[in-house]
Amino acid sequence: MVATDWRLTLPSETSRLAVRKTYKLYVGGAFPRSESGRSYPVYSAKGTWMANAVLASRKDVRDAVAAARKAFPGWAGRTAYNRGQILYRIAEMLEGRRDQFATEVAEAEGLDRAAALAVVDASVDRWVWYAGWADKIAQVLGNANPVAGPYFNLSTPEPTGVVGVVAPAESSLLGLVSVMAPVIVTGNTAVLLASEERPLPAVTFAEVLATSDLPGGVVNLLTGRVSELLPWLASHFDVNAIDLTGVTDPELAAEAERAAAENLKRVVRPPQGPVDWSADPGLERMTAFVETKTVWHPKGM
Amino acid sequence: MTFEYAPAPESTSIVDIRPSYGLFIDGEFRDSIDGDTIKTINPATEEVLSEVVAAGPRDVAAAVEAARRAYQTGWGTMPGTERAKYLYRIARIIQERSRELAVLETIDNGKPIRESRDVDLPLVAAHFFYYAGWADKLSYAGFGPHPRPLGVAAQVIPWNFPLLMLAWKIAPALACGNTVVLKPAETTPLTALVFAEICQQADLPPGVVNIITGAGETGRHLVEHPDVDKIAFTGSTEVGRQIARAAAGTRKRLTLELGGKAANIVFDDAPLDQAVEGIVNGIFFNQGHVCCAGSRLLVQESIHDELLTALKRRISLLRLGDPLDKNTDIGAINSAAQLERIRALSEIGELEGAERWSAPCPLPDRGFWFPPTVFTGVSQAHRIAREEIFGPVLSVLTFRTPEEAVAKANNTPYGLSAGIWTEKGSRILWMADRLRAGVVWANTFNKFDPSSPFGGYKESGYGREGGRHGLEAYLAV
Repeated sequence: MVATDWRLTLPSETSRLAVRKTYKLYVGGAFPRSESGRSYPVYSAKGTWMANAVLASRKDVRDAVAAARKAFPGWAGRTAYNRGQILYRIAEMLEGRRDQFATEVAEAEGLDRAAALAVVDASVDRWVWYAGWADKIAQVLGNANPVAGPYFNLSTPEPTGVVGVVAPAESSLLGLVSVMAPVIVTGNTAVLLASEERPLPAVTFAEVLATSDLPGGVVNLLTGRVSELLPWLASHFDVNAIDLTGVTDPELAAEAERAAAENLKRVVRPPQGPVDWSADPGLERMTAFVETKTVWHPKGM
Repeated sequence: MTFEYAPAPESTSIVDIRPSYGLFIDGEFRDSIDGDTIKTINPATEEVLSEVVAAGPRDVAAAVEAARRAYQTGWGTMPGTERAKYLYRIARIIQERSRELAVLETIDNGKPIRESRDVDLPLVAAHFFYYAGWADKLSYAGFGPHPRPLGVAAQVIPWNFPLLMLAWKIAPALACGNTVVLKPAETTPLTALVFAEICQQADLPPGVVNIITGAGETGRHLVEHPDVDKIAFTGSTEVGRQIARAAAGTRKRLTLELGGKAANIVFDDAPLDQAVEGIVNGIFFNQGHVCCAGSRLLVQESIHDELLTALKRRISLLRLGDPLDKNTDIGAINSAAQLERIRALSEIGELEGAERWSAPCPLPDRGFWFPPTVFTGVSQAHRIAREEIFGPVLSVLTFRTPEEAVAKANNTPYGLSAGIWTEKGSRILWMADRLRAGVVWANTFNKFDPSSPFGGYKESGYGREGGRHGLEAYLAV
């Protein structure tokens, strides 16, 4: 593809030509291009060409699911304390790149500098909030059950498995982390489809994940056409749950839900109206992707 | 030495089965508008017990409308303390009429009276008692300070525990302030229809509980009705998939309690006699018509022969026959269709090379019967190791290491339950952490309690029934 909308003004006052970043996928802890070799142009909120993002393919979806499945036992088997440490580390890494993200979010979402900084700060705070949940959620969702007999009986939440997530279309960073953190904090692994029109902050966010001690494959991030990728993700038999929050086309969401029924994936449907991503998230996004396990054992001498 | 048992049949004079039943809609029994009729039979004798309605779409619509009206005109906003009192009343009436209900359940379902009397009915009453107490405490249940009901719940239940599954569905729904339309299975409608009478005796407001009988088509009309807010289904994974597809793109909330193929894992240090009792209870309880049945026995290789000898000796002592006889262990298979499925899968087991052994017990001439059966030499690829048979058929596989036991136990699309037998506590907890199943029984099996959540991982469905967790399915949280 030939870039016709050449940027003549350089980002700094020096005469140095900037080194641009190639925006790639994030799969299994690595940054591959699509096996398909395709890309698509990404424009800023003002309509300026910004980059060519990867147009991921069906094969990329399958690679991402395979990476997520491979990472699942290890991540679910980490102690809750350790998962909390890593989520907090993600917050630290994001904080350290505050200015960079503010610039990218401002361009992607058309916000002014102050508003973009507020989005980044809220995103950092969201990671801190979820990091704290790692070793508390089981205490809130689990309980001892007083059965009528001489039995020990305990219910605890466990991660559902591999979760496919369609990230919000509008909110390119805060929306993204608000659907990512609650999935992985409980021990699930994830395949996320980034906002189709605003994918660049998500790709840069993968760099944060890659430097946060998060094991490769726990989060896999794809960019491309939601309408092309979602049917493969929703019908994949090694995916245990799917979050359709970012799907804006109701018929596409319904089709994905029908496909999800084939192996009885847990489904989070798209919201009915606009979502205020700065509001208190509540527990729902965590409870949607945990299973309750109840263990019985007799008591006796 | 042989033991002779004199017949000890439970009297049937306690039940009064009407020749035909209408639909229970808006607090009264009504004739069908556009339904058909179906006969329900006693599977132990093949005698016709009664004729019930196979409700049509207009019947379903009338029931949903009655439930909607009851929800809007009081039940949804009634103080929890009042809803609780209705549920306590229902629990008490169930206790008062429990022998009648147990006998009726056994006649309609074929399960031994010992089980309907000692397991099903006590659990039914306990379930209503348990959820009655939640009705005025919902704001303390951990779902926020102001949890709200969902509205009208469409509930479809199976034939294996007819009244118990009704209790699992109706008690939490009502406690949370929903109204319900419930469809019992076509082969076991009778105790649900007596439950309708119990609602009348409890003066439950009309329309809060509606019971419509029918087969799969009636269930389809019910779950696809546009004015339903919530679907709760217990049954096969295949039908569960269809329902999930049908609910796609709607705002209907959905919980599914589906099939299973549980592994019952016995280590070489397990107390053998207890394990044998647990294995027998795991697969032959309720003729194996149990979604969480321990239908795959995983036995550590070193004790395979010893355990199988003890197991077969024990199984040979099971008494199969008249379900109303108080000494009966194994009752009738619920229907001709189910018997056919059990036979077909068992024949496939033999054809695929597994070795079949059946208890040497005589089968009655009339009715639907299948002897307790054990397949040895079963591999993971065999259909009898993969598919839910839903009958008294046990498939035996072996393992050497705990890792192998976990891998084999989890090698199924299902994930409802699992069993572990070992004297080593740390191994129990290590195994329990790794088994992908909603209920794990360690050194016990097939235990149920209203306070204990039940439900599956993976293709065994989603949502939990029972306990505090069971409330979530009926609340807007």
